[in-house]
Amino acid sequence: MPQTTYVEAIRQGIWEEMERDSTVFVMGEDVAVYGGAFKVTKGMLDRFGEMRVVDTPLAESGIVGAGTGAAINGLRPILEMQFADFMGCGFDQITNFAAKCRYRWGQSIPMVIRAPAGGNIHGGPFHSQNVEMPYVHTPGLKVVQPATAYDAKGLIKAAIRDNDPVIFLEHKYLYRSVKEHLPTSPYTVPIGKAKVHREGSDISIITYGWMVHVADEAAGRAAAEGISVEVLDLRTLVPLDRGAVLATAKKTSKIILLHEDTLTGGLGGELAGIIGEHAFDYLDGPLVRIAAPDTPVPFSETLEKAFLPSSDQVLEKTRWLYRY
Amino acid sequence: MSASATAPLRATFDRPLCDRLLYYMVLMRELEDRIESKLYRQGKVLGGCYTGRGQEAIPVGSAILSRARDWLTPSHRDMGALLIRGITPREILAQYMGRATGLTKGRDGNMHMGCARRHCVPIISSIGASIPVATGLAFAMRYRDESNVVFNYSGDGASSRGDWHEGINIAAVMRLPIVFLCNNNHYAYSTPLDKQMRIADIAVRVKAYGIPAEIVDGNDVFAVHTATQRAVEHARSGKGPYFIECKTFRMSGHSAHDAADYVPRGLREEWSKKDPILMLQKYMVEHAGADEQDFVDLRQRVLDEISEAVEWALNQPYPDPATVEDGVYEVR
Ligand SMILES: Cc1ncc(C[n+]2csc(CCOP(=O)(O)OP(=O)(O)O)c2C)c(N)n1
Ligand SMILES: [Mg+2]
Repeated sequence: MPQTTYVEAIRQGIWEEMERDSTVFVMGEDVAVYGGAFKVTKGMLDRFGEMRVVDTPLAESGIVGAGTGAAINGLRPILEMQFADFMGCGFDQITNFAAKCRYRWGQSIPMVIRAPAGGNIHGGPFHSQNVEMPYVHTPGLKVVQPATAYDAKGLIKAAIRDNDPVIFLEHKYLYRSVKEHLPTSPYTVPIGKAKVHREGSDISIITYGWMVHVADEAAGRAAAEGISVEVLDLRTLVPLDRGAVLATAKKTSKIILLHEDTLTGGLGGELAGIIGEHAFDYLDGPLVRIAAPDTPVPFSETLEKAFLPSSDQVLEKTRWLYRY
Repeated sequence: MSASATAPLRATFDRPLCDRLLYYMVLMRELEDRIESKLYRQGKVLGGCYTGRGQEAIPVGSAILSRARDWLTPSHRDMGALLIRGITPREILAQYMGRATGLTKGRDGNMHMGCARRHCVPIISSIGASIPVATGLAFAMRYRDESNVVFNYSGDGASSRGDWHEGINIAAVMRLPIVFLCNNNHYAYSTPLDKQMRIADIAVRVKAYGIPAEIVDGNDVFAVHTATQRAVEHARSGKGPYFIECKTFRMSGHSAHDAADYVPRGLREEWSKKDPILMLQKYMVEHAGADEQDFVDLRQRVLDEISEAVEWALNQPYPDPATVEDGVYEVR
C-alpha cells in the first residue's frame, strides 16, 4: 500500500463524500477541467459531471454568495478559493451573510470554503499568508487546519457533513511534503478536538498546521538534550478545544504558543488569555509566543526563511523556558 | 418611461387581480406608514426604519407572480413582497419591535427579515450581496432540474458594487433562472444617479453581460407585472436570467431620520403625481368597475388589520436575555 499525501487525502475525502451524498458539489475557479490549481479536484469532473464540479468566473465574492445561496436551497457546496489570500475578496459574503444566517434566521449553511494557505513555498506577499484570524474572530464560522494526511481526510469529511460554514485551511507546503498510510475503511475526524501529536512532560508547544511539524522537529532535538516536549495539534481553531489546551498547560506548566501567522492578533494571544485566566496557578514560567514577525510575507528565500518560525527558534526558546 | 406601453395588455387585468394588487400595495403603504410615522416616533420601534413609499408597485406587481417553491431575495424597499409570501403584519411588527415572536426573534431589526419557510431570504444589509446569493439559490434549482425561479430585488445603488457585477455575470454565464427587479429610485441614500454612474439606465450595464434587460415605469403596477410575466416565462423555460429596471422614486427619506433635503423639491412633486396606488385606482375606476367607496372601505379594512396587529405585537414578549448566545452554531 502506497502512502497517501495530504493533498490526496483531501481529494479522497471530498470524493468519498460526493459518492455518499448527491447534494455535495464542488465549485470554484479552475476546479473542473483543470482539476484545481493544486489538483485537489482532479478527476472529479469525469466522475461527477459538470453540474457537480463547477468552474466559475474569477469572482470570489460571487462564488461565496452563490455557495451560500445553494446551501440555503438544499445543497452542500464545497467552495475552492484558489489561494486563501484571495478569500478576502469574499470577506463580506462570508462574515456578513453566511456566518450570520443561523443566528439571524435559524438557517443552516452547510458549506465548506477550502483555502490553500501558508508559506514556505516562495509565494511572496499574495500567495503565502495565513489568514485565519479574521475568520476565527467571526462568530458563526468554524475554522479548521489539518497538519497530517490522516486529519486532512477525516476533517474534510467532517467539514462537509457539518451544518455550519467551515473555513478549511489547507497548508500548501504540506500538500506534498507529508504522507502516511491511511485506513482503508472510511473515517472522520471530529471538528473541535485537538490531538496530542507528541507526548511530553516538561514543556508544551501548542500549535497547528505546518508548525506542528516544526514543533515536532524541535521536540525531537530537545529530547536528545533531555527535555521532554509535548506538542498539541489544535486541528480546529473554532470551536477551540479549550479542554485540551488547559490539560496540557496544567500537565507541563511551561507553555510555548507557536504559529506561522504573524504575531499581533494571532491565535497565540487568545491561547495565552485562556491559559492565563484558567490555569494561572499552574504556570511555572511566562507564556512564550513564537510567531512570524508583523510584516507581509516576503518572497526572497533568505527573507522568507527569516520570517517563518523555525525549529532552531523553537528549540532555542524551549531550552530557555526549560531553564526558567 | 411611458405607462402607455402596457395599455394593450390591460384587458387581462381583471377585477380580482386588481383587487389583490391594490390590497397588497395599500397594506404595504399603510403598514410602513404606521411604523414610520407612528410607532417609530413613539419610540415603540427602535433602530433604522426604511420604507418603500411610492415604490409599492414593484414588489407587489412582481412577487404576485411567484410560486410557492420560488425563492425571493427582497430589498429594504420591498415589504409588499414579504406580505405576498404570507408573512403577516403581526410578524413584521413584532420584528420591528424586537420581540421574541418576530421573524428573527429579536436577532435583527426592521426590514432585515425574511423567512425560510416562505422562501424569502432575509435582507442582506451589505447592499448588492443578495445578487450572488440569488445565483446560488437558482443554481440549486437547476441542480435538481426544477422549473422554479429566483426573484432578486435591488436598487440603483447596488449596481455600483462588485458583488452586483460578479453575481450578474455568474447568472449570465451559468444561464440561471433569475428575475432581477431593480428599483431605480434615482438615489442611493443622498447620492443622485449622476453621481453614481455616467449612464442613465442600469439596463445598459446588464446588457453588457449578455442578459436581456428592459426598462419599465416602476410606478405602473401593470407595467411591472407584465414585464415580470415575460421575465418569469423566460427564466422558467431555461433561457436564463432576465433583468427589469423599474424607474421609480423614493417618496421618503432614505430612512426615517432623513429629511431628504438634498432632493430638489420639483422632482419630488413631479413624482408625487405618479403615485402607484392612485394610478391603479384610476385604472380600476375607468376599466374595472370600482368606485371611490371601494377604496375607502379597503383602506379601512387594512387599517383595522394593522391596528389589531400592532396591539398583538405590543403584547409580545421580548427575547429572554439568557438566550443571547444561542443559535450561533448548530447544537447536536
Ligand atoms: C455595502 C454597503 N454600503 C453602504 C450601506 C449603507 N446603505 C444602506 S442603503 C444605501 C443606499 C442604497 O441605495 P440603493 O441600492 O439605490 O437602494 P435604495 O435605498 O435607494 O432603495 C446605503 C449607502 C450598505 N447597507 N451596504
Ligand atoms: Mg436607490
